[in-house]
Amino acid sequence: MFPLTRADSFAQRNDDAFDAYGTYPLHQRAPHKDVFAEGVQHTQQPIVTGTSVLAIQYKDGIMMTADTLASYGSLARFKDVSRLHPVGTSTIVGASGDLSDFQYLQSRLDQLVTDEFTHADAHDLGPAEVHEFLSRVLYGRRSKMDPLWNSVLVGGFRDGKRFLGYVDLLGTTYSAPSIATGYGAYIAIPILREAVDGRQDKLSESDAKAILHDCMRVLFYRDARSIDKYQLATVTADGVHVSDAQPLDTSWGFAEGIRGYGAQTQ
Amino acid sequence: MPDGSFSHPQQRQFNPYTENGGTILAIAGADFTVIAGDTRQSEGYSIQTRYAPKVFRLTDRAVLAVNGFAADGNMFVKKVKQRLEWYRHAHAKDMPLRAIARLIQTMLYAQRFFPYYVYNILGGIEEDGSGAVYSFDPVGSYEREACRAAGAASSLVQPFLDNQIYFKNQTAAPGTSHPTHLPLPDVLSIVIDSFTSATERHIEVGDGLEMYIVLAKGRSAQSLEGMRGLQELSTRPDGDRVFVIRKELKKD
Repeated sequence: MFPLTRADSFAQRNDDAFDAYGTYPLHQRAPHKDVFAEGVQHTQQPIVTGTSVLAIQYKDGIMMTADTLASYGSLARFKDVSRLHPVGTSTIVGASGDLSDFQYLQSRLDQLVTDEFTHADAHDLGPAEVHEFLSRVLYGRRSKMDPLWNSVLVGGFRDGKRFLGYVDLLGTTYSAPSIATGYGAYIAIPILREAVDGRQDKLSESDAKAILHDCMRVLFYRDARSIDKYQLATVTADGVHVSDAQPLDTSWGFAEGIRGYGAQTQ
Repeated sequence: MPDGSFSHPQQRQFNPYTENGGTILAIAGADFTVIAGDTRQSEGYSIQTRYAPKVFRLTDRAVLAVNGFAADGNMFVKKVKQRLEWYRHAHAKDMPLRAIARLIQTMLYAQRFFPYYVYNILGGIEEDGSGAVYSFDPVGSYEREACRAAGAASSLVQPFLDNQIYFKNQTAAPGTSHPTHLPLPDVLSIVIDSFTSATERHIEVGDGLEMYIVLAKGRSAQSLEGMRGLQELSTRPDGDRVFVIRKELKKD
């Protein structure tokens, strides 16, 4: 008689809601029953997280900073974790978001640098290449609906040129003279744009250091997932340098006279 | 939980898309095309960067503007450029504009069930030397037009273009008729006015303006000479030529 179409033979049901031809875009379809689904777990939310990363361009290169806290929800779980990772000889990568995903990225980057080194062809990776690599990895994972839950900054100095770029879990990328992730995008960026943008060629190392230090202090005052200990990385013609963790100077004297801040007297 | 919030299973789905603001626009003339876009990239109320190009030179006669989800846009442009390079290696010439348009339709529709969340406008010079604009929706529906605006402020700009380019709601003086094509200086003025106006009224538009101008082979570039921020991008002076003009827009 009539040949059975796929829709006829498989969807023998009179249900208008059933989308026999799969006409909706993937991300809008009802989650379908997959017999193997329980064997595949995708990251649905970040677990152990790092907060903001800040970075700016300055006269000699780029400077990047992040505090050393790894939070488990609102619990300050690990207080001495480095979120700045040097790659090769002219690049620094800083990450906020899920730290296990970041550790995966670290191992991918180290593997990449090793592979490139073993070619022994006098080529090595600069910051632009590392940024391109990371953006492909993150965009590829979001396209599999299995994202790496990070916002990543890539900074570097190579062939006399600065590079500062951003990439996040969606694969969104951009470059700018000053970039901040997380709460830094709301709290530090207004300070950084005022102090840095348009003055990148004049800012000295000590200027840059002071600006970032100020921003980290403001963030510590306002961001409940931050800690008063941070690292600072510089990338210049002399290479990559990541500082030891250093304390933030904070003053709480003002709180004494304010109800709700200091010790209560009544 | 006592409030019953766990009594129904919760599912939070990862959303693979976002909107990055900005607006693009293209207008075709008789023997030229102007393709423009602002350079702001934003997410929500945050400006991510003041300079992220949305308009790209593909060949000496084709320029592509992409707007919507920036990550998809960049990936899409990368893949189109790659296909054009393969074409060049295979055929020892650049792909004609109408063929690029069909290529883009095919590439967009190939992703029909996980679309590139991007509005494309392709502008340039057709093989017959006429200016052309092709506009696409995210899944590849396309048509050739005289002008098109897309993106965050398209609802502000397109009606303005309908009035100024198609002369909608305008009555010609008795015994005269509206021109079918405007001269280049008029088109450039309309483009600049479109973007300064969109910058005033839309928060996601601003920072910088990039206008690509494609001139048909043999057409004089005289009306462009002396314009501030002008740069030529053509690879040869005796074919179709591509120029770009960069201007500042308000940054607030």
